[in-house]
Amino acid sequence: MLDFAILFPSVLNGLTTGAVYALVALGLTLIYGVLHIINFAHGAALMVALYMVYLLKTWLGLDPYLALPLVVPAMFALGYALQRGVIERASHGRDENILLVTLGLAIVLENLALLVFKSDTRTIETAYTLTTVPIGPAFIALPKLVAFVGALACAAALMWVVARTDLGRAIRAVAKEKQGARLVGIDVAHVYAMSFGIGLACLGAAACFLLPAYYVNPQVGGGFVLVAFTIVVLGGMGSFAGALVGGLLIGVVESLGGLMLGESLGQIGISAIFIAVLLLRPQGLFGART
Amino acid sequence: MSQRRSFLAQSAAGATALAFPLIAGAQPKPVKVGILHPVTGALAFSGQQCREGALMAIEDINRAGIRSLGGAKLDVMLGDAQSTPQAGSAEIEKMNEAGCSAVVGAFASAICLATTQAAAKYNLPHVVDVGVADQIVQRGLKNTFRFGPGYATCAQVAVSNLHVLNTLAGKPAKSVMIIHEESLFGTGTANLLARELPGFGFEVKEIIKHANPTRDFNNIVLRMKAVNPDIVIPANYFNEYALLVRTMQQQKVMPKAIYSVLGGAASSYKFLKEFPDAANGIIDCNHWFNPKDKRAADLRRRVEAKGLFFTYEVFNTYTAVRLLADAIERARSADRAAIIDALDKSAFADHFMPYGATKFVNGQNEGAQPLMTQVIKGDIRVIVPREYREADPIFPLRA
Repeated sequence: MLDFAILFPSVLNGLTTGAVYALVALGLTLIYGVLHIINFAHGAALMVALYMVYLLKTWLGLDPYLALPLVVPAMFALGYALQRGVIERASHGRDENILLVTLGLAIVLENLALLVFKSDTRTIETAYTLTTVPIGPAFIALPKLVAFVGALACAAALMWVVARTDLGRAIRAVAKEKQGARLVGIDVAHVYAMSFGIGLACLGAAACFLLPAYYVNPQVGGGFVLVAFTIVVLGGMGSFAGALVGGLLIGVVESLGGLMLGESLGQIGISAIFIAVLLLRPQGLFGART
Repeated sequence: MSQRRSFLAQSAAGATALAFPLIAGAQPKPVKVGILHPVTGALAFSGQQCREGALMAIEDINRAGIRSLGGAKLDVMLGDAQSTPQAGSAEIEKMNEAGCSAVVGAFASAICLATTQAAAKYNLPHVVDVGVADQIVQRGLKNTFRFGPGYATCAQVAVSNLHVLNTLAGKPAKSVMIIHEESLFGTGTANLLARELPGFGFEVKEIIKHANPTRDFNNIVLRMKAVNPDIVIPANYFNEYALLVRTMQQQKVMPKAIYSVLGGAASSYKFLKEFPDAANGIIDCNHWFNPKDKRAADLRRRVEAKGLFFTYEVFNTYTAVRLLADAIERARSADRAAIIDALDKSAFADHFMPYGATKFVNGQNEGAQPLMTQVIKGDIRVIVPREYREADPIFPLRA
């Protein structure tokens, strides 16, 4: 029954979904893996970005893809400001405080959204929402294909920033040895805020790619955050290549699980992988053993 | 001078004394009625449509008022169930506190199950406008009355008619796949269908459930491709129904028929307008009005003049409120027990649904029935039963 004509589209579907998961996870791996900030507000920040895209479309008629140059910087600025103005101040440098502060931020953001937008699930319609592209025996929705390419491009750009730029070097230095980085003159607080900003900027891009084929409501982020944490652990904390491969893998597992076990039970694959990785390879696929 | 003053004062007092009882007499105490629907959340569209239908009914009723209560108006208290049973129950508590004489609502089966029970605690009459799950009227709640048909009736009508259509066409369809939403309404309907269909020679190849909301039906449709059923039966709410059928279109999956049972969008003018190609040929067994009754056409015109779609939510709730008003009229009172008694004895027939005169047995209107419709040439036409038929059925849609 499960021949190539069925499995192939399901795998493609999983890869396209997985690319967006990867983009969400990239932001998280930067914040969580490199800076060791457990950002519980990641899902809520994605929700904020999705509402930005939604409002730009409904108020100004701006296409979600054209909204990229607006939403990405806006999310970066939000991230920078949140880290400098709220998280850093309230946490006093203690990890357990950061955890609670980000959790608090998530609750505040979600309830603000609930207040303003109610619990309605909102979608946007674009001319290409229902357009499909034939690839072999499969028909893939155009927005998913765009999301796939866009997510890969964003991942490449992020990897380039971290590997090749001064900022990237500073981020890596701070991640490895905070005290040492400070001693050689790196502004650690600034690097933290920049990293947090970049992490949220990834969400801005993810939101622009997601909304044409997805929806937004105040609780939308929750589903992504769990998956993103799984991907970060699967790929190895702080590993960008790991987040990318992990995202694609989780996407495919979810899609095939949905196909074989049904939409509700299919999610079990994600949890199974999470537990298996923790048991068998706790450093993750691409993580170095520390 | 003083005489003139006292004359003025006396006249004024007299006039006041005369006028106030008149005003008081012209303004009998309004009857407070709760209108409860999921107007936000996943079911917001349907909930808002229901509310619109209720408000139009109240507008019509309030033109003359409740005659037996000196023309008393219905005073609406709107409630939002936020698409969850818990929020629905909480609204019932508020409506009880506010002194509502009765409640009409609450669209979704799972919500109705909770709200009717919450209302029963206060002996608060609850007219169910849509909620098709039969458990709603099978718990012996004296306050609960459902005007429309339950899902057992709908499933039986749908399956027996499918058998007739299939037999007349030379039995081209043998296998069925059911796709339903995972709450009480979809699951219950799917279970009933799965039980009934094999008796008529159909093989139920697969039953798939999905959450509300579901934004990606690709896997389900791929599975459909693999199973390759002759007939696809969806039982779900509007958004998911629309997305399912559109994904089938995207993935070029074309069964011999899409035969919906209480399909959320299958007989919806909204779906028809937005996706005429996807809607074409879809058969639905659902709440529908008597197409030969002029009053239904009149209401449709009024609804459309407001820029709204004339969906089953609108006309179901519209008639449910009229049913309640008729009961209050006969109860001659805003008292809850009197209204329950009047509902129980209701023979309400002044409506455009194909139910005949109302007769409640254990809170269920015995005459309530669904009609079978099909999207033919860009319009929704009644195909079964014969007395309401507007067009001949096209079955199978594809050989």
